[in-house]
Amino acid sequence: MDNLKNLTKKPLFLPIFCMILVLLINLIKSPTFFSVSVNNGVLYGRLIDIINRGSEIAILAVGQTLVVAVSAGTDISVGSVMSLSACSCCMLLAGYGNNSVSTLVVPMAVGMLFGVLMGGVCGAFNGALVAKLKIQPMVATLILFTAARAIGLLLCNNQITYIRYEKYKYLGNFIPGCPIPTPVFVAIIVIIIIAILLRKTALGLYIQSVGINGRAARISGINSDVICFICYLICGICAGIAGIVASSRIYSADSNNIGLNFELDAILAVALGGNSLGGGKFNLAGSIIGAYTIQAITTTLLAMGVSTDKAPVFKAIIVIIIVVVQAPAFKSYMAARKAQRAQVKEAA
Amino acid sequence: MKTRKKLDSNTVLIIITIALFVFMYAVGCVMYQDKGFGNFQTFLNVLINNAGLICVTCGMTCVMLTGGIDISVGSVIAMDCMLLVYGMTEWKMGAVPMVILVLVIGLVFGLVQGFLVGYLEIQPFIVTMAGMFFARGMTAVICSGQISITEADNPVFYKWANSKITLPEFMGKVNRHGKVIAPYMRPTVVIALLVLILIFLMLKYTKFGRNMYAVGGNQTSATMMGLNVKKTKMLSYILSSFLCSIGGILYCLNTMSGSVNQAKGLEMDAIASAVIGGTLLTGGVGNVIGSLFGVLINGTITVLVNTNGKLLSSWANIATAALLCVFIILQSIFALVKARRNN
Repeated sequence: MDNLKNLTKKPLFLPIFCMILVLLINLIKSPTFFSVSVNNGVLYGRLIDIINRGSEIAILAVGQTLVVAVSAGTDISVGSVMSLSACSCCMLLAGYGNNSVSTLVVPMAVGMLFGVLMGGVCGAFNGALVAKLKIQPMVATLILFTAARAIGLLLCNNQITYIRYEKYKYLGNFIPGCPIPTPVFVAIIVIIIIAILLRKTALGLYIQSVGINGRAARISGINSDVICFICYLICGICAGIAGIVASSRIYSADSNNIGLNFELDAILAVALGGNSLGGGKFNLAGSIIGAYTIQAITTTLLAMGVSTDKAPVFKAIIVIIIVVVQAPAFKSYMAARKAQRAQVKEAA
Repeated sequence: MKTRKKLDSNTVLIIITIALFVFMYAVGCVMYQDKGFGNFQTFLNVLINNAGLICVTCGMTCVMLTGGIDISVGSVIAMDCMLLVYGMTEWKMGAVPMVILVLVIGLVFGLVQGFLVGYLEIQPFIVTMAGMFFARGMTAVICSGQISITEADNPVFYKWANSKITLPEFMGKVNRHGKVIAPYMRPTVVIALLVLILIFLMLKYTKFGRNMYAVGGNQTSATMMGLNVKKTKMLSYILSSFLCSIGGILYCLNTMSGSVNQAKGLEMDAIASAVIGGTLLTGGVGNVIGSLFGVLINGTITVLVNTNGKLLSSWANIATAALLCVFIILQSIFALVKARRNN
């Protein structure tokens, strides 16, 4: 019993438990869920699909984790920023006003870098509002939540811009000769870079101390504003990268649909990862496992015939359950009930 | 000793708002004179198109007064519209039972959100964001296509939507044939303005209204005064969702259709209207009269963009977001100045 209790206290317990639960449900429902085959030289199967599609959420979750940790608020603009960065990338590659091209106007790398840069600019905008002007994070990011998608539409002249250029598809699909989907590598690279940044520099420690008590952190000599700004900047850049991957996947910039509802997925990944949405301590590994769990849930729902526009109902319920269980008021209520029960037992 | 009443920063914000509205409308009148922008009817159309938004913004203002926020409103409106339309076309229900059903759903929705925010002390943003996605998903669960009501489906609802209230003729304009066209309003505007006045009186004269200001102003001192903070917060969310349901019905009377993508970004419009109208995001300051002007500014932006004709409709979104940004920055600058003066 004590061992079990210790196990549930482990930081990675919640995400891994949820992951195993989702996979078990799938195993019972359809035994073919785990089958992986090789078609046309690339891996194929539900599991691969989850790892592939989950990459964007994992990239977003990395940035979101830092934002949640440092400011106890979430960045709800990530989905829209994804769309904006995809649109600005495709706009630059295709030239303004063209909606379908097979040759690029500028080199591909320039376009992609520009997209990521746009993400960074959005992140910096959010960061400036939150860190410098002390605006509640969600209100500050609400501005870009609506504006970014609209700006993306303007950049693409209200159309869907197609880039019919073979190499542009590599990033979101497969590089010839490599059986593993490219987004997985992108996600791994982003995660490694951020992990090194957090482990090898003091940034991770600073973020935690600002998140736990910004004032105490400032008194002990940490520039809270700059740390907060950096977190939002990283979150914006992550959203930019995720946007480019999403755009490359469908080799086009569909402003209305890229990154739709991804903000919910990203926040859910952080919550599922066992991180408190109240800020402070964070666990990057948890968020990443959480991200893939979300994708597993989405894939499961799709396999069960729940369409994408209905899936938010279930995800919203999961979010509420997680935050209710995490809530201090709920915890103290449960503790009080437990104590009461123990008392009754003693009296008997 | 008589002290002169000083202009505090909040009054300044409201004056800026009203001046901005007058300025924008004047610019519109000058620029689009030939397209009939100066007509009184254009102004009434702004009210007709935004009747739902006025109700929603009233609710939003109440929630923001307690220091919370409700971003679920846009999706709840979509859900209400879809339910109304689906109920009347597919289930062949009457207009009155459907309206009552929608209002009850609004109350329940508000109760759940209010309980989670007030009693379990979860961040309002997380709760209402989950509510936002939940309601949007439920809209798709009810029906994922686009459906609309015709007269054959429900004559009562159709009559409500199309009844006009004609105003005195002297406000109208003379058309090409020398005939005077009297301007008209819809009943939805009357309902919206009635809600506005009721909420205004409630905030000013009832205990509950003042409790909301106290809770938003300083939660600790409100608790020490013996106010029931948790209950006040919960009631404010119930009020918001209820007003949002009324708004949804008015919205539906205006559009007569339901679709999954309806009222997307309306939460942004409502929050922007409230903030532009001088409601502080930190809570405790604001009133619904300012919010009315916020809605009018919002509506005028849309009309300006539409009248221009050449601009893409997404410009309206961008302009609203930019305006929200400017007003938030103004608010925080005022707050910083105040904090510095107090030190």
